[in-house]
Amino acid sequence: MTAAQYEQFSNYAVASATGILALAFVAYVAQWGFARKIAPDRTLVTSSVDQHDSVLEPVERTSTDAQAERSDVAGGIGFSLTGLAWLVLLAGVITRGLSAQRVPWGNMYEFGCAATLMALTAYIVLVRMWAIDWVGPIITGFGTVVLGLSALVFVPPGPLVPALHSYWLVIHVLGAMIAGSAFLVGAAASVLYLVKARAERTTAEEDRVGFLWRIPPSAKIDQIAYRVHAFAFPIWTFAALIAGPIWAQYAWGRYWGWDPKEVWAFITWVVYAGYLHARATAGWKGKAAAIIALIGFATFVFNFVGINLFVSGMHSYAK
Amino acid sequence: MSSNAVPALGRREFTRWFWRQLTSMRTALFLLLLLAIAAVPGSLVPQRGVDARAVEAYFLEHPKSAPTLDKLGFFNVYTSPWFSAVYLLLMVSLIGCIVPRSFVYLRALRARPPKAPRNFSRLPASASFETSASVDEVITAGRRAIGRARVDVVDGELSAERGFLREAGNLVFHISVVVVLVGVAVGTLFGYRGSAIVTEGQGFANSLTQYDEFGSGSLFKADQLPPFSLKLDKFTAKFQALGSQQAGAPRLFRAQGTYTPKPGADARTFDITVNHPLEIGSTSVFLVGQGYAPVIKVTDANGDVVFNEAVPFLPNDPSYTSTGVVKVPDAEPEQLGFQGFFLPTAATGSDGASISVYPAAANPLLGLFVWHGDLGLDKGTPQSVYILDKSKMKQYKDGDKSYRVSLQAGQSQKLPNGGTIEFAGLRQFARFQISSSPGVKVPLIGIIAGLAGLVTSLTIKPRRTWIRARREGSRTVVDVAVLDRVPRDDLPADLDAFLERFRELLGETEEKHT
Repeated sequence: MTAAQYEQFSNYAVASATGILALAFVAYVAQWGFARKIAPDRTLVTSSVDQHDSVLEPVERTSTDAQAERSDVAGGIGFSLTGLAWLVLLAGVITRGLSAQRVPWGNMYEFGCAATLMALTAYIVLVRMWAIDWVGPIITGFGTVVLGLSALVFVPPGPLVPALHSYWLVIHVLGAMIAGSAFLVGAAASVLYLVKARAERTTAEEDRVGFLWRIPPSAKIDQIAYRVHAFAFPIWTFAALIAGPIWAQYAWGRYWGWDPKEVWAFITWVVYAGYLHARATAGWKGKAAAIIALIGFATFVFNFVGINLFVSGMHSYAK
Repeated sequence: MSSNAVPALGRREFTRWFWRQLTSMRTALFLLLLLAIAAVPGSLVPQRGVDARAVEAYFLEHPKSAPTLDKLGFFNVYTSPWFSAVYLLLMVSLIGCIVPRSFVYLRALRARPPKAPRNFSRLPASASFETSASVDEVITAGRRAIGRARVDVVDGELSAERGFLREAGNLVFHISVVVVLVGVAVGTLFGYRGSAIVTEGQGFANSLTQYDEFGSGSLFKADQLPPFSLKLDKFTAKFQALGSQQAGAPRLFRAQGTYTPKPGADARTFDITVNHPLEIGSTSVFLVGQGYAPVIKVTDANGDVVFNEAVPFLPNDPSYTSTGVVKVPDAEPEQLGFQGFFLPTAATGSDGASISVYPAAANPLLGLFVWHGDLGLDKGTPQSVYILDKSKMKQYKDGDKSYRVSLQAGQSQKLPNGGTIEFAGLRQFARFQISSSPGVKVPLIGIIAGLAGLVTSLTIKPRRTWIRARREGSRTVVDVAVLDRVPRDDLPADLDAFLERFRELLGETEEKHT
């Protein structure tokens, strides 16, 4: 295929993936919707009280209720569609790279696509590992929005500006994408933790109906959020505070220069460092820590969107 | 708690109280979040240390708020007293945390595993089973099942502890944060950074007067500048071709020439591109910008050539619309000053004005306004070569409008006072950043060690295991309990796996009972 054919294929693939991911989101929302009147199984309640139950085991669903069945089917469709969107997006990102003859993350559009692909990868892997399909609506909804907004900053594939001619582009941006994907999963888990923890405090036993009571108890969600963040934080440290400065030293003659992008990468790092400390501090555990994690994710997103579009700096080619 | 409920503290008690507060995790956490907030303004308003020209522009755009922001240090956020206060407090808090914890850790390294608690069922995970093996066999098998750990056996009771590296990793991480900050501080104090514009055919000698911008740490002395010199022979700039996608996007910048590491040494060639600086000792020469320097030839009213030089015009936008100033102090009868723009590829815009449509020099155009009078160069105060002091000069007029010089390459134009100005040629210039940050490896090694420590502290589980075996008739009752120093949810699963291993070593296959 020629570069132009690859380009066209990539554009169609990314657009299709956006549509499929939107459908996956709808299916996941339906999964929650269909289950809104279902009381959880007694067995599930006992296991959720039992703190010793393992995170790694998927939530038991033995209810034979028709609604529960519909909910499960919708969830299955959601996951299958997410897998399909992943596959199509993978093809789109690869052909984008083939068309441009370089790694497909040299500008904001490409980063949006590649980072969404990475986030879906992280989600699918973690669903297999820890059965976290309950963050599906957040991940697919967020992914759809990112892909949709990426289309607004679309640029045709082309060579890179001289500052990006470096293998550090591969390392630095890949690291940022992996960390960002895990931050997204962590943020999604933190949102559900806050919702669930609040519901556990305020909802009487007999009122506990709906999908919220079919997902793991808040303590387990908190554990998963912590693990994902504990994975992401060292990678973010590497991408933003090691690979970035090394490259900056070669490209700009200083390893750290308080460029707006650097400032916000630092802020993200500091906030997530705060999260890790908060989880070990009395009075900050739980709710406050989860809120700090969400602030951390907000700073990450702001660095990608706000700083790229509204603030000029050395990273301005990222537009 | 109301303030009057607190008894007055003596100075010593207060110091101790203050120190305890400062080094508490809560304070460290608060300072961390405060540091994040304090860093924000520096990304939203321009910073003097990053882009001094942007700060000047900000003052022009916001004449009311800018002076107030300036007083608050918003244009030097990262060196401002309040930002420094936050991170210095954080540093002190960090050190105040590291030092006592290091001593605790050193003691813990020598300590024996704690004795088994009486009641295992109170621990987060415990189990018991019976076996026909003897107490000694049980303890031996238990020791093997635990694997690498510090183990004590007293009277049929086994206590084991492992995962000491977690706290080591934790300490390494926090110490390395201090190392990084100290390394950065040293590099800043003893380092320097400056930028200089060098036009093709011209040279640069590494002394203070040759720099356009120069900044150095407070412990750096100008006579420490390494005495190298360089000469730029050729500058190559390539842009994405017109008519293609992303037309005008830069593709290659390359500066070639020769340099002499120190006076008297042999000249060597250099080839600097973006991402590939020239290293001379501890100093690096980076290519950070480029632009055009039209060669301007001015003949005065007497017919003498009073100016014939390449004048760098500084680019303002991606299509290299550039502005510059020409000062001709030797012109007779009056000094002349020119100010205007240079367009590498000029085209007529929709409003009739000339604009640059492409960054390469396909259709270069020079447009200048002319002033005559006193350039103010003799006053002794240093002047920027890019700013024309018009306080003692008058602009030439053409009727109501300003008199204007408009030249394509090779063209010349008569001046109102009788002389001529000629656009005699076009050269390119490179903007080099020359910098040295001594000890740059210190923060690098620091942060890599820190990352290793971080991963260690996040992955290693510090675990205590106890096994108690006692003989009851012909059977041995074995109680097992595990405790993690950091609460984790996978403890029961781990206990099950451990029991399986343990019982396998004992040759047991029957189901456990609790």
